[in-house]
Amino acid sequence: MTEPQPAVSMEDITITFPGVKALDAVSFRMFPGEVHSLMGENGAGKSTLIKALTGVYRIDSGVITLGGEQVSFSGTADAQEAGISTVYQEVNLLTNLTVAENIMLGREPRRFGAIDWRATRKRAVELLERLHLDIDPNSRLGSHSLAVQQLIAIARATDFNARVLILDEPTSSLDADEVQELFRIIRELKADGVAILFVSHFLDQVYEISDRLTVLRNGALVGEYLTDEILRIELVQKMIGKELTVLDALERKTKAQTVDEDELVPYIRALGLSRKGSIEPIDLEVYEGEVVGLAGLLGSGRTELARILSGVDRADAGTLTVAGSSARFRTPRQAIHERVVYSSENRRSEGILDELTVRDNIALALQADRGWFRPIPKKRQNELAESYIQALNIRPANPDALLKHLSGGNQQKVLLARWLAIAPRLLILDEPTRGIDVGAKAEIQKLVSNLAENGMSVVYISAELEEVLRLSHRIAVMRDRRMVADIDNDDLITDDLLAIIADGAETEVVA
Amino acid sequence: MTVLAPAPRPAETPSRLGQVRNWLTNPKYGPVIVTAVLLVGMLVAGAFRYRGFTNPQVIANLFIDNAYLLVLAVGMTFVILTGGIDLSVGAVLAMSTMITASLLQSGWSPGVIIPLVLVLTSFLGLLVGLMIHYFQIQPFIATLAAMFLARGLCYVISNTTISIVDPVFVALAQTRIPILPRLSITPSVIIAIFVVAAAVFVLHYTRLGRTVYAIGGSEQSGVLMGLPVARTKVLVYVISGFCSGLAGVLYSFYTLSGYALTAIGTELDAIAAVVIGGTLLTGGYGFVLGSVLGVLVLGTIQTLITFDGNLTSWWTRIFIGALLLVFIILQKVLTARRV
Repeated sequence: MTEPQPAVSMEDITITFPGVKALDAVSFRMFPGEVHSLMGENGAGKSTLIKALTGVYRIDSGVITLGGEQVSFSGTADAQEAGISTVYQEVNLLTNLTVAENIMLGREPRRFGAIDWRATRKRAVELLERLHLDIDPNSRLGSHSLAVQQLIAIARATDFNARVLILDEPTSSLDADEVQELFRIIRELKADGVAILFVSHFLDQVYEISDRLTVLRNGALVGEYLTDEILRIELVQKMIGKELTVLDALERKTKAQTVDEDELVPYIRALGLSRKGSIEPIDLEVYEGEVVGLAGLLGSGRTELARILSGVDRADAGTLTVAGSSARFRTPRQAIHERVVYSSENRRSEGILDELTVRDNIALALQADRGWFRPIPKKRQNELAESYIQALNIRPANPDALLKHLSGGNQQKVLLARWLAIAPRLLILDEPTRGIDVGAKAEIQKLVSNLAENGMSVVYISAELEEVLRLSHRIAVMRDRRMVADIDNDDLITDDLLAIIADGAETEVVA
Repeated sequence: MTVLAPAPRPAETPSRLGQVRNWLTNPKYGPVIVTAVLLVGMLVAGAFRYRGFTNPQVIANLFIDNAYLLVLAVGMTFVILTGGIDLSVGAVLAMSTMITASLLQSGWSPGVIIPLVLVLTSFLGLLVGLMIHYFQIQPFIATLAAMFLARGLCYVISNTTISIVDPVFVALAQTRIPILPRLSITPSVIIAIFVVAAAVFVLHYTRLGRTVYAIGGSEQSGVLMGLPVARTKVLVYVISGFCSGLAGVLYSFYTLSGYALTAIGTELDAIAAVVIGGTLLTGGYGFVLGSVLGVLVLGTIQTLITFDGNLTSWWTRIFIGALLLVFIILQKVLTARRV
């Protein structure tokens, strides 16, 4: 049987960044009416390949053909013109405009040379309705949650009459029902003959929706497989390039040795800590060498609590005791002085500096702590960077690489290195493994538990309950901006935790 | 799909006060509403305090005296909406008056001079825009360079005042168009209003205008959405250049002369008008009509001080300065609880 003509075919694509070979002669193809998953760890080159296909990056060598014709895009507009639309991992819409404007921007219907706003809104509503979204088209995009913004971005992408639709981590901020809704849309588009490129770290989703898989590793092609013909274990092995047993060892028993609370003082103790419009009064203690997991739904107050503990936001009421003496953090700087550090969930806007090098990013907190009049010698900075690159397995292992050229997982490791460099006593990690692949995730989890074993206190925030359960000694559950439970993690299972998160008031007694 | 929890919308709370607060803290409308209230307040206060202030011609004069500033503020609004700034507009205005006056002196026809001036100043704007976009120079620096260049060219043309005696210009300067008994405006006002209307149309009814807002919201997102970001970013400086040239022509109708030292600091008046009119300096939010209100606020302060008679005109500056400060703080406060 002859194969149908691919909708897209990329042959021997190579892209080089300064100091990094992001893609090395990678070939990739997509057929009409198929969902094709692009698989690989962070830094494997998935995002780079997508950006090459959408005209964001110029390719150094190789050939892209679209429907049999060779194409060369000089920008994203070119690619969209050719029928390739994309929904990026970070929602790239405009929060200052309305929902309807965002969906239709650049394609507004016009009458007599003027934008026909009525038709524009009507079309926007049609597109939203196609996704069964009940959203006011005149509301400001910024007033919606990230999940809703993501769906709006998809609504926008489906209006291009796209031949190729690229969904880069579309499900990372959606809940289970929303994911099913998205899949329904994907299947509809698939039936219309659209070629869909799907990227997700969730293997279940990949197996549920995709027909074909392409695996990348370290910027090189590993192979193309039919989803039905490859077992999960094989797939994971191909992605991480290690024997699975290694990964298994990393994953298993990451929880650090339980500490004996009778002998230790809490490193930090919060009593009635609250902030108007942010969180209700909360009591929390974190002992030395203890990992406290903060669980709860998005918007339950997890991040808000972390921000107050670390001085990013000021508490209105309540007391804070750090290392036995009372403290009042007005700025993160004061908190850092007490060795309380916070790594934000917004890696891109509140964490990394993507125009600076790995070395600069790692040295940043230490330099700030020393004060600007005592610069860290270049040699010392290099040693620092080298040692963390090695310790945390940061790739590429080049202190001069710019952060923007690193994958999400590696950027996260750099962030961790930055804070570890100032020897924190309490490390508050907000969603450190979000959007990160299995390998890097296991490494970060392992690191956290090692740090705790060496006496560091950790507050670990994650939406992923398995992760919280695996790592924490104690779990504090947040709901509606209150702490509804503070329980020892002895034999808890996910269902227990889910029950508390869903219905905290009843289980509070149990806890 | 019903699984989506609706985003918390304060508008759903029916309390009247909450609704007012909601409007005020909306970065889109809040500052404009405050400016409108302020303008009305000042006019009412003036009417109570000073005799003759209730004459409708006082309002008409606001437009007559500030027609050129309206046009400047329109161009500036485009630039600031993209998150840029144009410091060259005052100097370009002066250059425009100098070119006009000196060419008229050498006997050129106004029908040739005016289009020529507009083309020249637009071209200067184009150069600035290209510099900003392709060499990634800060708008502040690029337009500062253009400012010095334009001001310098004024002196190259002449360092003394050149009077305009051309009959067409004199006629345009002196014509009064009656709109009501005892109420008249000048042709400049009509031109300025036309420019404002055109700007409203471009910003709200063309893709170019929407792209201007998009760039102010997030340039990066605009690029990824496939919008013509590069072209638009250059174009706003061309528009600003054009507006400066046109403002210069209106200014020479107003003063019937060209002078190299004219309109020093006017770029700051234009920026002040735009900011008081509710456009955020970071871009993305604002309206041309807000800038019109901003210009009228500045004009009203001037008028009030003239009516008072006891204050020197420098008090205008002090008031504008204080007002600007209040407005910037207001923008911060009003938008702080959002995001």
